[in-house]
Amino acid sequence: MSTVANTIFSPETAARFDKLVTIYPLKRSALVPMLLYAQDEIGYISDAVVTEIAQRIDLLELDVHNVLSYYSMLRTKPAGKYNVQVCTNISCMLRGGYEILDHCKHKLGIGHKETTKDGVFSLEEVECIGACCWAPAIQINYDFHDDLTPDKVDVLFQMYRDGQGKDVK
Amino acid sequence: MPALVSHPDEVKVVSRRFGMGATDIDKYVELDGYKAVQQAIAKGPEWIITEMKASGLRGRGGAGFPTGMKWSFVPKQSEKPKYVLVNGDESEPGTCKDHVLFLHDPHAVIEGTMIAGLAIGSKLGFIYLRGEYRYLLKIVEKAVADAYAKGFLGKNIFGTGVDFDIITQTGAGAYEVGEESALMESLEGKRGVPRIKPPFPAVVGLYGGPTVINNAETIANAPHILLMGGEAYAKLGSERNGGTRLFGISGHVERPGVYELPMGYNLKRAIYEVAGGIKDGKTLKAVVPGGSSCPVMLPEEIDIGLDFDQMGKAGTMLGSGGIVVLDETVSIVEFALRTIAFYQHESCGWCIPCREGTDWIKKTLTRVYNGGGNKKDVANVQYLAENMLGRTFCPLGDAAAMPTIAFVKKFRKEFEDYIEGNKAGTPIITVEQLVGAH
Repeated sequence: MSTVANTIFSPETAARFDKLVTIYPLKRSALVPMLLYAQDEIGYISDAVVTEIAQRIDLLELDVHNVLSYYSMLRTKPAGKYNVQVCTNISCMLRGGYEILDHCKHKLGIGHKETTKDGVFSLEEVECIGACCWAPAIQINYDFHDDLTPDKVDVLFQMYRDGQGKDVK
Repeated sequence: MPALVSHPDEVKVVSRRFGMGATDIDKYVELDGYKAVQQAIAKGPEWIITEMKASGLRGRGGAGFPTGMKWSFVPKQSEKPKYVLVNGDESEPGTCKDHVLFLHDPHAVIEGTMIAGLAIGSKLGFIYLRGEYRYLLKIVEKAVADAYAKGFLGKNIFGTGVDFDIITQTGAGAYEVGEESALMESLEGKRGVPRIKPPFPAVVGLYGGPTVINNAETIANAPHILLMGGEAYAKLGSERNGGTRLFGISGHVERPGVYELPMGYNLKRAIYEVAGGIKDGKTLKAVVPGGSSCPVMLPEEIDIGLDFDQMGKAGTMLGSGGIVVLDETVSIVEFALRTIAFYQHESCGWCIPCREGTDWIKKTLTRVYNGGGNKKDVANVQYLAENMLGRTFCPLGDAAAMPTIAFVKKFRKEFEDYIEGNKAGTPIITVEQLVGAH
């Protein structure tokens, strides 16, 4: 049972949050993970998410906004069901990262931090994702796809469109 | 799934269980897992620290601080609880070694965390991964749960009366959080801005308690060191640089990958033999030897041993072990711009020299790259970078300044020619892309 009445989260997530606030020496330590898990479920950090998380950790909503604005993976607007994150940092750049980015833009018909009209994909150019030795690499939500070519990207997009893509949460 | 690579010159210590299914706790135990921590419990903190000091192990995150010495700095008596914090917020461009470590041998990180805890008298450890590594967090979470189920973690571990707990979590996208004091801030649920030092974390760290913060690879070495003995581990490496380390070789090489090589291994050989040489038979132009913050090296400078001291003497750094190789087609103007654009994006804004300096250098180099540079720009970029050095709370300002200074010093002519209209290399980034994201 959730410790928050009228929680906006699913019973599983609410239960997870009930536990998260108890495991750390200080409750506030649960803030960053909670924001991520909330985003995974709701799609973005809405005002309602901020309100409930502030209540759960005994923080001001301002404190939550202050933290969430710092972290680049947290967003305050909805994204596509599958957020395509293309790394263009040095190791990826040297092996075609920008070519992959251009291909994604062309294929999806959207630019940086935009979402396709059907809401399936959004696109983001990101900094190093830690896949340098398998460059060029992208992440679709939390899943890594590496050693890419434009052709392999096409196959991936089709897989996700067909609901065959992996989706780790 | 990242491909595993192999080369006969490798000396596998921390990577010896890679590809052997050691994420499974029974397999890990079969491969000598959780033996070292039981020895550590039996022999006590003095023995652990003596072995760690003898091993010559130095921090694999990039700073190269001797690990045994770091552990010995934690006060024995403390009113506040002590903590172990494992830094798996691997974010330095060019670095993906902890990625494979968490993927293939999460129990080694867990066992190392326990050993560090025993050495300093802590009962709680944290393993913090970068937010992008969610699938790796799940692997580590499962490993921790399995260790609890076996009685290796929790109350009365291995029936010895010792208690030890581990909490795992991820960040949410911030390079700066890889810096140890910003990491503590993030773990305390705050913006990841650095703290001033002193006090050092060993005295006042997480939640105000004494804290040991080590890179994940450093921590994963601890069980191996205790099993083989500190001296034997030290002998694998070079003078004052014990053991082996994971080197991630990326960029323009034939066989990029994460290789475990002895400390002091020749950089030229690492590129030409281990990683198979320059891709497509092209010529080497430059090497960024230890992640994007390390000053660039010229081809004539790379006949050198890969350890902290030799690289330091050569005016660069061993850093995080991420070796990025650039062939003849690369425009250094563009590469320097992409590097500073990263640091400008990641500067947390806490210290003005870093916040303003990275932005100003990026703007100047963007103008140069777009063909609007003037002769003063090169000297101006160097001046800006030199005035960021050492003037910030944390090393991000230095990390942005050091490579920038090296680019404009070692390739000054290329910058000047570029401004004159003679552009070396093949540009990759378009003006539209520059304006688009950064």
